Amino acid sequence: MTMTAPDPVAPDPKVDRALTRRRWLGRLRGGSTGRPVWRQPIAVVALAILGGWLLAAILAPIVAPYDPLAQSADTYAPPSATHWFGTDSLGRDIFSRVVHGARLSIPLALAIVSLALLVGGLLGLVAGYLGRFADEALMRLTDLVFAFPQIILAMAVTAAFGPNTRNAVLALVIVSWPVYARVIRSAVLSMRGDDYLNAARLLGVGPVRALRRDVLPNSIGPAIVLATLELGNAVLLLAALSFLGLGPRPPAAEWGSMVALGSQDLSMWWVSVFPGLAILTVVMAFNVLGDALRDRLDPRYAKGR
Amino acid sequence: MAPLLDVDSLAVTLPGPRGPLPILHDVSLSVDEGELVGIAGESGCGKSLTAQTLLGLLPAGAKVTGSARFAGTDLLGLDNRGWQRVRGAGIAMVFQDPTAALHPMLTVGRQLTEHMRVHLRMDRRAATRRAVELLDQVRIPDPERALRAYPHQFSGGMRQRAAIAIALAARPRLLIADEPTTALDVTVQAGILALLDRLRTETGLAVAFITHDLGVLSALTTRGYVFYAGRVVETGPTGALLTAPAHPYTSALLGARPHGTQTVGTLRPIPGSPPAPGEAPPGCPFEPRCRHAEPECGTAPPRLDPVAVDRSVACVVRPHLEVAAR
Amino acid sequence: MTTVQNGEPGAVTTTAPRPRRAHPLLAFLAKRLAITAGLLLGVTVVTFGLVNVVPGDPVTANLSDQALNDPATVAAFREKWGLDQPLWQQYLHYLGNLLRGDLGISQQTGRSVLDDLVRYVPATLELAIPTMVLALVIGTGIGMLAAVRNGRATDQIVRVGALLGLSTPPFWLSLVVLYVFFYQLGLAPSGGRLSTAFSPPPTVTGMYTVDAALAGQWDVAWDAAQHLTLPVLVLTSLTVALLVRFVRSAMLEVLQQDYIRAAYAKGLPTRVVLRRHLLRAGLVPVVTVSGLAFASLLSGTVLVESIFGWPGVGQYAYRSATALDLPAILGVSLFVALVYTLVNLTVDLLYGLIDPRIRLS
Repeated sequence: MTMTAPDPVAPDPKVDRALTRRRWLGRLRGGSTGRPVWRQPIAVVALAILGGWLLAAILAPIVAPYDPLAQSADTYAPPSATHWFGTDSLGRDIFSRVVHGARLSIPLALAIVSLALLVGGLLGLVAGYLGRFADEALMRLTDLVFAFPQIILAMAVTAAFGPNTRNAVLALVIVSWPVYARVIRSAVLSMRGDDYLNAARLLGVGPVRALRRDVLPNSIGPAIVLATLELGNAVLLLAALSFLGLGPRPPAAEWGSMVALGSQDLSMWWVSVFPGLAILTVVMAFNVLGDALRDRLDPRYAKGR
Repeated sequence: MAPLLDVDSLAVTLPGPRGPLPILHDVSLSVDEGELVGIAGESGCGKSLTAQTLLGLLPAGAKVTGSARFAGTDLLGLDNRGWQRVRGAGIAMVFQDPTAALHPMLTVGRQLTEHMRVHLRMDRRAATRRAVELLDQVRIPDPERALRAYPHQFSGGMRQRAAIAIALAARPRLLIADEPTTALDVTVQAGILALLDRLRTETGLAVAFITHDLGVLSALTTRGYVFYAGRVVETGPTGALLTAPAHPYTSALLGARPHGTQTVGTLRPIPGSPPAPGEAPPGCPFEPRCRHAEPECGTAPPRLDPVAVDRSVACVVRPHLEVAAR
Repeated sequence: MTTVQNGEPGAVTTTAPRPRRAHPLLAFLAKRLAITAGLLLGVTVVTFGLVNVVPGDPVTANLSDQALNDPATVAAFREKWGLDQPLWQQYLHYLGNLLRGDLGISQQTGRSVLDDLVRYVPATLELAIPTMVLALVIGTGIGMLAAVRNGRATDQIVRVGALLGLSTPPFWLSLVVLYVFFYQLGLAPSGGRLSTAFSPPPTVTGMYTVDAALAGQWDVAWDAAQHLTLPVLVLTSLTVALLVRFVRSAMLEVLQQDYIRAAYAKGLPTRVVLRRHLLRAGLVPVVTVSGLAFASLLSGTVLVESIFGWPGVGQYAYRSATALDLPAILGVSLFVALVYTLVNLTVDLLYGLIDPRIRLS
């Protein structure tokens, strides 16, 4: 019997099959790898919702029919033509407050995520690049933060520093930076093995330049995906903190604290429902967008979905 | 007598992002009771998809035309229940990579007996007894112990033996072996091939052997089919196919083999690559790569025409026909 | 790295002689315990530092304005809680007590923190256990269904539903559920663990439903169960949302494996393939994510407990945090960190049970 080595015309069938299978899946799954984010219907809806909220935030004084802080004798008015979303216990117009709430939640979420990305990213870069002790120390530190439920740690930090907007943001940065640190670190680590950095070193490129030139561009993709997904989380956590009375001080029109107002009297459902829907839509839009970006930028996920 | 498996003008189309993609065209083949038939071709030529079609395992949205009869049953008209009766007990399958085809978290014994109990209505004890016999039959040492083992505790060759035992468990009449030796070491391959051949003679099992390696065909099979781009381009007795190929593709395939049985010496790779599904030329699919191509080859795909007893070729030019007819 | 040997020795063909049993497992456990101890020490440092270095002052947080104006009261308070000593001494003192099992006295409740935990933990467990069980069953089921129906209507509905669940603020969902089921339909009580008509059953586990059932007080058990429904409903839906997405993509991955196709090719009924072959293989990633789900569940309890007036650890944590009650915060943190590590350890051990190939590292 003749035994032959694999045919040169037919390269390793396993590899070949895997390749065709991946190409296939990419096509069959409605092009999670091939279609730009803005061509996915659900992502378009998400973008539209976010755009709407951004507009609302920018144009709040024009869009809102009332001053969000102005109290009136017309307390607990149900939704009507004069007060679309009704009024709260102090007679404030809920629609105006919800619109103005976008001016707090969205910029604050952006601030939390950018700060956490900055802090975590820098620490991750340094730890990944230096390795050894620095790396070990960072990993243990992230373990430590992960050992707390986010909300409990954030609560403790805010309570300790005093409940106000700045400290709530600070607390949420403290509980969320480790995720970024880990992502960036592993991106750096995966490249240290590559010849990139060695070559750069041989060419006399300093570490800072090597990081900026090679490491950053390569780790930015996962970081952006993560950041988008975390934006939703930041909105949620911020709202939770202010629901507990640990966020922006009253009478600020913050969605979480507005929901809390409604918990005093269940019969006035509109007091909680509308600010809650505001949180829900914004968070959902961020999540959809994050998913779409992940499908697009991270081939690992595009395959499994 | 009618053949055990009779496939006629089978065509399969899979859904694609830009419309349906035709994968198989006008495939006709047959396997007799107790016969060992070879199906050869490059990867992606549709031979594995043929196997999937015959087991009703095509992805959702696939369109099948033509006919496929197995032991008097019209396979393409089966509902889910009907397929479950055919699979395993009528037609069984051995996959290319035993490591991937065995469930890593179920014991070999479980995987060997579960469908026996469904198809043969055996109780646990009878199934276990038969499982031991089967493992013995495929030459796995210490069968009782092997039953309680997990696949990862076996070597590659043993895994494929176990997979063959699993395929045989519910007494199928046709075994489709999809490149069962490709993922194995060369030294192990021979043992598996010998095993298949022995099982055929001992049990009267019919085997459809899918491979990309023409050498395996010569050693094992009586008849062979050569696939290219989803079509059967040549069929005939294996010996004739290998010593006197009539289709330019068959001979190119033989010429490109490192250790040919016939063309000793220079290795001649086939230029170009097979067309992707949906991108086949209007004429003969092999035309762009063919050394003998003529203008008329580009007009329409040639039909598979009989050229001798048991011998058909799909080629208008047939440059090697004189050799084949001898 | 050593293979964990499951059941019979696998000396079938190629397996190397087996090392002595339990040895690698013990080493693994020892290592994990050491890591846990280190982590817990870190938790004490962080919490201690946090509460002491920052501007907030336990004295102002705990004493009334009137008492604050009296220097003697303030000094007494500082001395009572050891606040007059240098920080490192306070810390060492605390650690020493901790080793003796003394978590200190809560400045808020005036009880020992350990007593408080013993009182509040069962209440939270009474929420967390049914939630986790329900969420695992429902989440796995729905996730599997979506994967099997990949791309079809069922799948789309499940995906949108999961996305909704993930984006819903837990505190808002609690209010909505309360409004619908308590205020509008009157189907469930508004909060608390028991109606005022009943008194708590004799304490065995601290979980009212269980204790009442043990004592044969079926009316009390029924009432306690009714109080459980709404908070468990909220927590379950949030946890399910988290699980479903993960289970779905894990199962999709498994569905593409050859061994699933092989199972179909054997002529097994779909039901058997899904239940035995798919579920078994998909369980490994499900176990992984259930650790994560448990973590998010604990976070959820803080908000949900505060709305349903549920006297559990979440509410205790909230009250201690806002009052800067150092011993209580430390106690809760230690407890939570301990639970986390235990959950992760269980997850790792479960791997070995499900997947015979698994290696412990």
